[in-house]
Amino acid sequence: MEVRKLIEDFSISNKYFLNAETFVLELKHTNMLPPIAPGQFVEVAVENAPHTFLRRPLSIHHVDYENNIISLFVKIVGEGTRKLSLLQIQDKVNMIYPLGRGFTLEHKKKVLLTGGGCGIAPLLYLADKLKENLCEVDILLAGKSSNDILRADAYKKFGHLLITTEDGSLGEKGLIIQHSVFKNNLQKYARIYSCGPERMMQAVARLAKAAKIPSEVSLENTMACGIGACLCCVVNTKNGHQCVCTEGPVFDSSELEDFQK
Amino acid sequence: MVDLSVNIGKLRMRNPVMTASGTFGYGFEFDDFIDVDSLGAIIVKGTTREAREGNAYPRMAETPMGMLNAVGLQNKGIDYFVSDIYPRLLKYKTHVIVNVSGSKIEDYLYVAEKLNDLESIPAIELNISCPNVKTGGMAFGTSCDSAAEITKAVRKAYDKTLIVKLSPNVTSVTDIAQVVEDAGADAISLINTIMGMAVDLDSRKPVLSTVTGGLSGPAIKPVALRMVWQVCNAVKVPVIGLGGIMSAKDALEFILCGATAVQIGTANFIDPRISQTIVRDLNTYFEKNNLKSIDDIRGTLITS
Repeated sequence: MEVRKLIEDFSISNKYFLNAETFVLELKHTNMLPPIAPGQFVEVAVENAPHTFLRRPLSIHHVDYENNIISLFVKIVGEGTRKLSLLQIQDKVNMIYPLGRGFTLEHKKKVLLTGGGCGIAPLLYLADKLKENLCEVDILLAGKSSNDILRADAYKKFGHLLITTEDGSLGEKGLIIQHSVFKNNLQKYARIYSCGPERMMQAVARLAKAAKIPSEVSLENTMACGIGACLCCVVNTKNGHQCVCTEGPVFDSSELEDFQK
Repeated sequence: MVDLSVNIGKLRMRNPVMTASGTFGYGFEFDDFIDVDSLGAIIVKGTTREAREGNAYPRMAETPMGMLNAVGLQNKGIDYFVSDIYPRLLKYKTHVIVNVSGSKIEDYLYVAEKLNDLESIPAIELNISCPNVKTGGMAFGTSCDSAAEITKAVRKAYDKTLIVKLSPNVTSVTDIAQVVEDAGADAISLINTIMGMAVDLDSRKPVLSTVTGGLSGPAIKPVALRMVWQVCNAVKVPVIGLGGIMSAKDALEFILCGATAVQIGTANFIDPRISQTIVRDLNTYFEKNNLKSIDDIRGTLITS
């Protein structure tokens, strides 16, 4: 199902900070949104930022079809995202969307979603869609401390929330793969979805592979165009270099060379 | 009625707006956003004899008003192009030009000969200016002898319109342009990217896997304008200007300097509609200023 890509103006309908460097942007369109798959992303134009020449690829956090709103979960990492954080309600934002291939959606199965850092961004919409598909959804969020566990209440709406922090300030103590969910009967899950730092995703994918469960990961390689023209965002796959923007950002971990080690 | 048509060798284009190789895929990537047939021509990805995986990631670094790339001519090779891509390109009514790249003269010849047989490919752009491959590429375009040798050889093997794309990474671009013209090129396009690099202070490493890459975008426009102006004054064949064009105004600056046509490159990454927007805005400019054809403005830069 190839949906036509669009380039359109949205206006900011809401913006709220989750902590000093992370915020949610809600972008409203005047018309009905096209079908958007969880895991797909947008390329956002950043105006008046002289050092931000390219658009910013950002994963889609949630979609509200009733109100034609796409939410983005953004961490401030440089000038571009900082400029976005300064935008005000009703400001215009130009986006190219929906881009890339999303997650494989299971039906009526038990699934595990794992997210670390701003990698949790696409998992909210994913959890929503999986719940819609009558899946039993477990969501494991990881961070260094309780301050890094963001939007827990939102995730709770779509599944059973599990938490792990490195300092033990919330949930279980330890790294994500040390969580007890990985220690017993991982086979009960039909699929494990993962988004976060690459090492975290590799570790989760290894455990999934050992338990012979399919796992999907979402990559965030730097990109210029987002539509498969520049060939800058490639990742090593079993079929050679592939563009993360068109063949991904979601890949089955068994396809990725760096995930086989 | 505005007539924006121009001639490049045997090629008649409905307008002077082309897309630069490596920035427009095969055109398909842009079908959702524009009517590709509204452009004067499209130049598709650099094509080599053998399939190439290109360089390792990271291959791109954003820089002030521009970007560095080190893609390294990733493509599936000419045989795949002929069997799988060419048939899909037949839907376009505009001219489809293939950028020809390689490491050895024999490789360029192999690709050029294959393309000579494709009825719907009316021209090639000889890439003797890619800064991102270890052998060949830019090496051919940075000395007069090798630029002349490869142009002559391809000229013999290819009888449709031959465009040669020049590197800015040379001491005298006019010397190279003149030998390429003498060797039989029908047109010259310039500039390819300017060699540059980006450094990550935190990791104390270069950003690109290849250390150096090619700089493009508005950051290089002044260099491109200077070189296009110099080359236009040094050769008789049509010159196609490129380097940081983001608007019709930019395009017109190149035409003022003597360019017959222009290529839109990096701008396609930021706004996939930009090439068609530039065609529209050129029309508007010509109407407003009562210009009838490109020749009314081409090369009319007032320097004294």
